[in-house]
Amino acid sequence: MSIATSEFDVATPAERSEDYLWTLNFGPQHPATHTTLRLVLKLEGERVVDAMPEMGYLHSGFEKIGEHLTFNQYVTVTDRMNYISPMANNVAWHEAVERLLGIDLTPRCKYIRVIIAELARISDHLLCNGAVGLDTGAFTFFLYAFYQREVIYDIFETLCGARFTNSYTRVGGASQDFTPLVIEKIRTFLKTFPKTLDDMERLLTRNRIFVDRTKGVGVLSKAEAINRSATGPVARASGVTRDLRKDEPYLAYRDFDFKVCCASAGDCYARYLVRMAEMRESLKIVAQALENLPSGPVNVGIDQRTALPTKKQVYSTIEGTISHFELSMANRGFEVPCEESYAAIEAPNGELGFYVVGDGGEAAYRARCRPPSVLHFALFPQLIRGHTLSDVVAVLGSLNIIAAELDR
Amino acid sequence: MAVNHSPGLELPENVVVSRLDELANWCRKNSLWPMPFATACCGIELMATGASKHDLARFGAEVFRFSPRQCDLMIVAGRVVMKMLPVLQRIWLQMSEPKWCISMGACASTGGVFDTYAVVQGIDRFIPVDMYVPGCPPRPEQLIQAIIDLQDKIQLEGTITGREFETANRQLRKRALVESADPLTIDASRNPVLQRRLSEFAETSSAR
Amino acid sequence: MAEATASREPSSPDPAGSEASRAAQDAVAAVATAFPGVESSVFRGQRRVVVPAERSFEVLASLKEAGFDLLVDVSCVDYLEYRGAKRRFGLVYLLASTATAARLTIRVFVDEPVEGTDPCPVVRSVVPLWEGADWLEREVWDLFGIRFEGHPDLRRLVMPEEFTGHPLRKDYPLQGRGERHNFPVLTRDRS
Repeated sequence: MSIATSEFDVATPAERSEDYLWTLNFGPQHPATHTTLRLVLKLEGERVVDAMPEMGYLHSGFEKIGEHLTFNQYVTVTDRMNYISPMANNVAWHEAVERLLGIDLTPRCKYIRVIIAELARISDHLLCNGAVGLDTGAFTFFLYAFYQREVIYDIFETLCGARFTNSYTRVGGASQDFTPLVIEKIRTFLKTFPKTLDDMERLLTRNRIFVDRTKGVGVLSKAEAINRSATGPVARASGVTRDLRKDEPYLAYRDFDFKVCCASAGDCYARYLVRMAEMRESLKIVAQALENLPSGPVNVGIDQRTALPTKKQVYSTIEGTISHFELSMANRGFEVPCEESYAAIEAPNGELGFYVVGDGGEAAYRARCRPPSVLHFALFPQLIRGHTLSDVVAVLGSLNIIAAELDR
Repeated sequence: MAVNHSPGLELPENVVVSRLDELANWCRKNSLWPMPFATACCGIELMATGASKHDLARFGAEVFRFSPRQCDLMIVAGRVVMKMLPVLQRIWLQMSEPKWCISMGACASTGGVFDTYAVVQGIDRFIPVDMYVPGCPPRPEQLIQAIIDLQDKIQLEGTITGREFETANRQLRKRALVESADPLTIDASRNPVLQRRLSEFAETSSAR
Repeated sequence: MAEATASREPSSPDPAGSEASRAAQDAVAAVATAFPGVESSVFRGQRRVVVPAERSFEVLASLKEAGFDLLVDVSCVDYLEYRGAKRRFGLVYLLASTATAARLTIRVFVDEPVEGTDPCPVVRSVVPLWEGADWLEREVWDLFGIRFEGHPDLRRLVMPEEFTGHPLRKDYPLQGRGERHNFPVLTRDRS
């Protein structure tokens, strides 16, 4: 479909008289925005001539809070950043802090973080694709997706006590170790999920209505994707083969065998397909990581004085007692260099990075988050021009814009 | 239910006598149409409440309508920030009476962890709220409980003329530095039954 | 602050002679020869280049030519309360290459202008190079109050239009200046 080029010339809307154009306010409270964002659309009949996205309806000052909470406290706030995959945010934040402090994690912790980050990716993609389905009229698909999300919630709840806002990671480790029950639940999920995924694909991938509504809609070319800083599935669906898990393997991604899922069409349908394929790859990674989970401690050693020692260490060893004391007294915790560093992970939505500035204190001097959603939302006018009003929801859904991450 | 018919009037067995208020309350409470004002994380739990596992339809409140004109229960799920508050107020004004509001989660109720320059510290400073749901975010079960509680509240204190909304302005706002002049209202606001009795008492005493 | 660290020894060695690291090294060397006055340093394997504000656009343009085709992020740090800092603001440009996966951090330090009525520093916009910088620069303008010269549409991004002040500056309090309480109140009997 080349609506944008053939029958409707959008390149020169200013030249024609514009008084027949209709301005439509879309959002900030609209069911298809899922959260709070606003679009001012200029319509000619049903065709969208131009769109002006606006954000900030959920700006809560995350980066300012980051300057006031300590490195371990701030993880609770990162939960609320991309709230449909909080675990990935936890991992990204502590990845950045550990880069700044120069902490090397234990092998077990690296594997555990890989597993939870991949489960978070699955749950994020489920919601994103489910919402695309919902907006284009496939309600059953959404219910299938949400049921599996509940299963992942259940795994997280068994792991750390919270089903939704997990706050799981800590500097130099994690708040809990995997228990046999958690491992069993993940194994069950690995067995049952591919079947549901097959069902979901059968429901939607070749569904005539869905394909007609998403194929050729919102096309993003490869050059544009790079020039406009798109990352993650949005960029990969346009043919940018950039995946931080392969390009700069953080944690333990070097150890696993998986593929980077790409497409070349760059439309909504390609983004949907990339997300579906990534879920399968994530399952492969989780399976490999779970079977090869190293033994040993989760947290770094007590001599590094970053992670709290266990109760046994506190009461039976002098190092544990000292380390516990140092960590719990004010201004005696971590040794933070007066430096700054950036670390990013391949979050479900794209490159999620934190630029952390340390000034020797327990809290970051500046905690800048590099949110993928902002750059994807800025793409929106480009993608929608020339399409119809009903395509707005399909394009919005396929970009997977999460307002809390967008506005912070 | 108060059966207060005059002596001598014979009623067949299949006729139930009730107050009109009770009937209206019964209708209203069992057909709540929620307006999901979902801004943040709580919105996802709100979606989970409506989705397959928790199934809000069991409590007669599953008809999510995204137009405020069709709704009578606003569920504010998530933090409301400076830029969003005028939108919230406008949507509240667009809803038709009778209407109720549930403030879902710590952020909507108090600002939660976000004690920052942009976040409104509790929506009840600026719009009336009937039910608060604690949690960050609350579990779906908690939201369902809040809806059940709201139904009880409607059944207990509702009137067909909406008198309870007129007296509810005595629930003084939480606005900063405003102190309650009437100590009774603070206690009563926690207990709908007590509150109803107090308001009836106030009316009868003023009538004398 | 980066001026202070530029002369310091790198605290961790450059990790291996990988392709990405070599590409970054070459680019830094090329920039250093083409633009005298550019300093570079390494921290935990990350290369950083400090560029004078008036040359920033040329340096970024040459780096884009050299293969750093992806602008990852534009942000800013306010060094008002930072120990030993000489300049007030430090802009951060994070670049990456989609071909070699190399990364580079560009720092541009600016001060608040002393004379003139406008208290905001001005830096040249990189939107002509990367369109993705559009919203990132608007965000920096909104939250830090740094003007980008040549930006097509420099409006506030996240705060309301009528808002005054730049919240991420260090002299702006965390709880704000009371703007969040400044709304009409709807009560039951009036709505």
